[in-house]
Amino acid sequence: MTGFVSLSTAMARGFFRDRTAMFFTILFPLMFLVLFGGLFKDAGASRTDILQIGSVPVVDQLPAEAAAGLDQVLAVTRTADRAAALEEVRKGDKAAAIEQVGGELIVHYSAADAVKAATVQGILESLVQQANLAAAGVTTPAVSLHAKPVEDQSLKAIQYMTPGLLGWAIATGATFGAALTLVTWRQKKILRRLRLSPVPVASIIGARVAVSIAIALVQSAIFIGVALLPYFGLQLSDQWWAFIPIMVAGTLAFLSIGLVAGAASKTPEAASAIANLITLPMAFLSGAFFPLDGAPEWLQQVSEFFPLKHLVSSMQDVMVRGESITVTLPDIGILLAFTLVLSAVAALLFRWDDA
Amino acid sequence: MRGTVQAMSPTIKVEELRKAYGELRAVDGVSFDVQAGEFFGILGPNGAGKTTTLEMMEGLRQPDSGSVTLFGESPWPRNPRLLPRIGVQLQASSFFERLTAREQIRTFASLYGVTARKADEWLDVVGLADMAGKRNEDLSGGQQQRLSIACALAHGPDLVFLDEPTSGLDPQARRNLWDVLRDISAQGRTVVLTTHYLDEAESLCDRVAIMDHGRILQSGPPATLIRDLDAPTRIAIESGVITADAARGLAEGLDVSDDGVSLTIATRTPAPVLSALAERDAMRGLSVRGATLEDVFLHLTGREYRA
Ligand SMILES: Nc1ncnc2c1ncn2[C@@H]1O[C@H](COP(=O)(O)OP(=O)(O)OP(=O)(O)O)[C@@H](O)[C@H]1O
Ligand SMILES: [Mg+2]
Repeated sequence: MTGFVSLSTAMARGFFRDRTAMFFTILFPLMFLVLFGGLFKDAGASRTDILQIGSVPVVDQLPAEAAAGLDQVLAVTRTADRAAALEEVRKGDKAAAIEQVGGELIVHYSAADAVKAATVQGILESLVQQANLAAAGVTTPAVSLHAKPVEDQSLKAIQYMTPGLLGWAIATGATFGAALTLVTWRQKKILRRLRLSPVPVASIIGARVAVSIAIALVQSAIFIGVALLPYFGLQLSDQWWAFIPIMVAGTLAFLSIGLVAGAASKTPEAASAIANLITLPMAFLSGAFFPLDGAPEWLQQVSEFFPLKHLVSSMQDVMVRGESITVTLPDIGILLAFTLVLSAVAALLFRWDDA
Repeated sequence: MRGTVQAMSPTIKVEELRKAYGELRAVDGVSFDVQAGEFFGILGPNGAGKTTTLEMMEGLRQPDSGSVTLFGESPWPRNPRLLPRIGVQLQASSFFERLTAREQIRTFASLYGVTARKADEWLDVVGLADMAGKRNEDLSGGQQQRLSIACALAHGPDLVFLDEPTSGLDPQARRNLWDVLRDISAQGRTVVLTTHYLDEAESLCDRVAIMDHGRILQSGPPATLIRDLDAPTRIAIESGVITADAARGLAEGLDVSDDGVSLTIATRTPAPVLSALAERDAMRGLSVRGATLEDVFLHLTGREYRA
């Protein structure tokens, strides 16, 4: 136990004092987040902001499910001040203001943003029709509006990118951490020296796992912290913290990749090259940088074989899509199975010594 | 100490040890015992096979054939029962990256359950207390070497392996380290050391094995090896005080040479030569040198010792 603690401490100190490692595991991925987060700030179909003046029964009395659907496309702010509301629409701050006078639903919109105005009109028109049908006694209308955003295309860029880039950062950090520790510790004869001490092999590996998980937590805190800044405007789901188990499983999976890369290479240069060859293409093919929705079917199927795909999609599910932790369980299982297989390969390839 | 322990099984027993790297027979049939508390030296030039022998004893390398037992147990494969009892300084220093000297020794010590305070004391012992806050990358070669030795000794092992511990040390540090090693030995610990330095082996070791080309040529206490050699004593005086011919006339069977700086007389009976020189008042710059391990080595290998 003392061996585990002191080795973890030694490893963590070595990492946090290594400027290059710090740069590539934390600053470099963060630069992507800042760059793309800034570039695509307004991309993605964000919700349309509208104002509701007074009570509007057509909207207020929607069944819960329909209200939730509507909420994904329209952000409705209630106000009592009619004049101020109309002024906001006129200035273009809001896409529209709605009010209901008796049986009439009035939509005030500015011609400034025709697309948004049309969206609002279309949605409200269908609501009105539903209300009419209901009033006419048709409880199961032949056609009903189900307002649901198209997956991912509708996630604002920052919503998509934060889990994606974080997943990539964690994958890179864990892979390089394990590969380089193994190779440099072998090359610098530290493994040899440890072999002569009574420390169990499990403590050496345990220390690496603990340090990598700690680094992944630091990466997550920094990434989420930056993305939450109003400038980027990340909006986390209620159960966002449910990404932690999948993040740990992902760290383990990429540690095992790193261990194989490290066990198979003689020099740190070779280990870095192998780790890069694995993690970089995988990041593109797993939807870490951009959604795979537009990609060919076969590519989407191939991506299922990549641990990063499972890590990133599960992290997106719980962090920004409002799914619950149970959704991540299959991916956690897949990542752990992946870890087991690769760890066994690494154990077979493991050498204490160069010669 | 020795003599009384003969009945007990030896601390180290090495039998017919062999290791080849491809065609090269690095260790070629080496056998010896080391008794508890003994200070044992393996002496030999570069490539003699010292490190390879040591690594097989430490359990870092698997012998091609032959056997090693430490405290009656085999060190190969990794034997957790032996590990706490042995301390190893490897020929190539091995340190964690970017840790200070103090952090290094504390980390290694903690692997053996040794407290930070006791670990720090060892920095003092090897004279690195001032360097405690320096990263190992910033230490000089000799300082790293001393840190590496401190890391090997901090857990108080019963058996210590040191691979060329004084290489790269300045003369002062070398003497200090000799004192440290004598202390360790005086505490009853068994020490095995390899060295290039004949004077080091002569001054520290109870027993030395002279090794070359993977074989042990001879072993025994340094004094015995030298005595058995029956090598001549060398008497040197300043060149030009007397001629070489005059010197040859001083006594029977003298081997005289003059290199222009000193005139050297080799003889097995130095006393009459010295009194003859005194009579002639020809003792300017006199030095008398008995045989050393260097002569033993020269005799055994038929070539000059090249450290
Ligand atoms: N890993 C290795 N692979 C191949 N040959 C090796 C290896 N290690 C040592 N040798 C060779 O084996 C021989 C003995 O080497 P060893 O390191 O045991 O010598 P040594 O007596 O310790 O020398 P030195 O005084 O230089 O440390 C040398 O000729 C060396 O080149
Ligand atoms: Mg050597």
